[in-house]
Amino acid sequence: MDIKDFLDQDEQKDLLRFLTAGSVDDGKSTLIGRLLYDSKLIYEDQLAALARDSKRVGSVGGEIDYALLLDGLKAEREQGITIDVAYRYFSTSKRKFIIADTPGHEQYTRNMVTGASTANLAVILADARTGIITQTRRHSFLISLLGIKHIILAVNKMDLVDYDQQVFDDICQEYGEFVTRLKIPDLHFIPLSALKGDNVVEKSAKMPWYTGQPLLEILESIYITSDRNFIDFRFPVQYVQRPDADFRGFSGQVAAGVVRAGDEIMVLPSLKKSRVKNITTFDGNLDCAFPPESVTLTLEDEIDISRGDMLVHPNNLPRTDQTFEAMLVWMDEKPMDISTAFFLKHTTQTTRARIDKVRYQTDVNTLRKIDTEELALNEIARVTITASRPLFFDPYMKNRNTGSFILIDPVTNFTSAVGMIIDRISSDDLKKPVTTELESVPEKTEKMRSSSLVSLAEWEQLLGQKGEIIEIKDGTLEEKRKKAQIMQRELFEQGKISIIIDDITPGEELVALLNRHGIIVILLRVP
Amino acid sequence: MHRKYSLSHLQELEAESIHIIREVAAEFENPVMLYSIGKDSSVMVRLAQKAFAPGKIPFPLMHIDSKWKFREMILFRDQFCRTHEIDLIIHYNEDGYKEGVSPFTHGSKVHTDVMKTQALLQGLDKYGFDAAFGGARRDEEKSRAKERIFSFRDSFHQWDPKNQRPELWSVYNTRVKKGESIRVFPISNWTELDVWQYLRLEKIPIVPLYYAAEREVVDRDGNLILVDDDRMPLNAGEKVQKKMVRFRTLGCYPLTGAIESEADTIEKIVEEMMVVTKSERTTRVIDFDQEGSMEQKKREGYF
Repeated sequence: MDIKDFLDQDEQKDLLRFLTAGSVDDGKSTLIGRLLYDSKLIYEDQLAALARDSKRVGSVGGEIDYALLLDGLKAEREQGITIDVAYRYFSTSKRKFIIADTPGHEQYTRNMVTGASTANLAVILADARTGIITQTRRHSFLISLLGIKHIILAVNKMDLVDYDQQVFDDICQEYGEFVTRLKIPDLHFIPLSALKGDNVVEKSAKMPWYTGQPLLEILESIYITSDRNFIDFRFPVQYVQRPDADFRGFSGQVAAGVVRAGDEIMVLPSLKKSRVKNITTFDGNLDCAFPPESVTLTLEDEIDISRGDMLVHPNNLPRTDQTFEAMLVWMDEKPMDISTAFFLKHTTQTTRARIDKVRYQTDVNTLRKIDTEELALNEIARVTITASRPLFFDPYMKNRNTGSFILIDPVTNFTSAVGMIIDRISSDDLKKPVTTELESVPEKTEKMRSSSLVSLAEWEQLLGQKGEIIEIKDGTLEEKRKKAQIMQRELFEQGKISIIIDDITPGEELVALLNRHGIIVILLRVP
Repeated sequence: MHRKYSLSHLQELEAESIHIIREVAAEFENPVMLYSIGKDSSVMVRLAQKAFAPGKIPFPLMHIDSKWKFREMILFRDQFCRTHEIDLIIHYNEDGYKEGVSPFTHGSKVHTDVMKTQALLQGLDKYGFDAAFGGARRDEEKSRAKERIFSFRDSFHQWDPKNQRPELWSVYNTRVKKGESIRVFPISNWTELDVWQYLRLEKIPIVPLYYAAEREVVDRDGNLILVDDDRMPLNAGEKVQKKMVRFRTLGCYPLTGAIESEADTIEKIVEEMMVVTKSERTTRVIDFDQEGSMEQKKREGYF
């Protein structure tokens, strides 16, 4: 085979993203180091630097300390622990791999969750001498929480228990019993010694009783395509392309399902229908598109669609709701404050949202439910969330892309928490709606009106102004905007609070509501 | 024609990168793509073209010119941007240039700081960019392996590796306050080999210096330095020799070593890479200045 044929073939390899869980003590770094080394991904100069560092700061008595190769940041090298997620790359003749190398300690739960979010498979390491420990259980829980469908339990350091089959069998049995409580559809067990290379790349002669494949072979052959959802078409509109008057395309990454040219589609939230005219890409039109392809769709009809909308098949809709339940992982040093109006980012839309209620916290070590109303770093809880406008979502276990979201702190802009949507909420749990974003208010106006204990006169007294509705009628939209801005500035100079409502067609209810609160409303009616 | 519902690793990486690029165009007010003229930049620009086809890239490219780039790079840059009608900003550190800062007189550390890092920060401030794409990859260097795809910078353009925003799935936190910014690395998950395979597959033009040819070089401290113009002083005992060489990475010519090679086609380059025993950055003089030197530079604002 010449190089051209070889490359043509090599370029067709698929990609497996996997996570390694376990601590340095379990031999995780040694295992990764060996996979990289055996697939010739460690270069001479890196190896020389590694040998040098191993002698100087290594923790394995002058032997090659693979942890030094993997732990990139200075603080980690000094403390000898993996703090953050690091991504490693290697490939074999069959597949390309991305490893998310994550820390094992409990205080780094958030990093492990991060690594797991993009992985198809997890390799969990257990030490043959200690078997299933609290950490193993915690890792398995997090992996199932993040929806990883394939787990390989690698029982490492078999060389230190004389390659004893009984030890391995006992660990497998104990683990098997434990994971029945979690949702793991595909489970594998391997006895190995990362240090000696047993059952890593080659089958070990030391353990003839093990009839399965070595680790690398499983990684190379495990079937992952079917993990993707090809049923429920979901296309969150990411970007609207309008290069000239003739072309109007909706770009995005197919989140799930398959779409074909000619398909009837429905736009959420407008519920308008049309047909897919073309699936366009830089390389020409496609007759179908599936996840995770990034494409641009053009439609037969001119309908108003913008970023944050979702295109779906009309006979297969996601759930649409403002309130839902989710498993939430707290990622921020700053603990949860229930009164925060977070930014919630879900697919391509960002909205305001509030945590209504913490149902319970899950102890990551025992899986027990704890009653709590607060959440701190690395804690996981089932919560009820209300967003300021409806989201289009699926349960996370059915669709990772449309079932996941992040909460952003409105003051620090830090990603405070990440969530996986579990189910619809029952209506008796509803709290009052979030009112920080205007478009959410109309449908809830009735409730607001009846619940307000402050009269208009009181508002006007507090604010020192009279509520008014000022409509700017003359001029183009641009001119009207300018006028509105100048007017608002002038009002501001006089110490008056006003709001410009632009670009949306405001409900009469909303305008009236604001007005009843003593706010001056400057209105621009879009023609 | 029936397509099977699976993608090759390159197609999957491409889809991910396009998603990232569009996300920036949709969520930031004033993004820019840093263009280094190298192979990674060439891939990144192609991905941007793909992201916005049939339209044009909706943001400018910016090249930070250290004034010590290979001449062939500048020729390539100008021709490439003209052919593709790309909106290109060229920025250099005027003060540094006037003071005559050069790798020969000031050393690689000062030169890199003044003509690359400072120049970059000036350029970003001058135009008030709130997001800047870079072509860095996680497989290049240890500290990069841990950097986010959307990497937050404070108003001093500094990276805080210990306080990075969590980044899960493909839901990117793009929120910044005035003056703060995000560096975005759309090809984070690509390896050097992926880049070469993609260049070949997509027939993307690259600077000819990547291909082996007979060139005039000087052996300096084990690095083969190209005599690119007459600003290059020869030390005592140094001889200019003609050798078949090529470059694995491109930067400032006095700081970028060539490797001896016969590989004058992409196929030969990939073939050579598959048996290569040294990592890419060994040809970069700046990585060896001090321990953890890339992490240090990144904290200060370097890409």
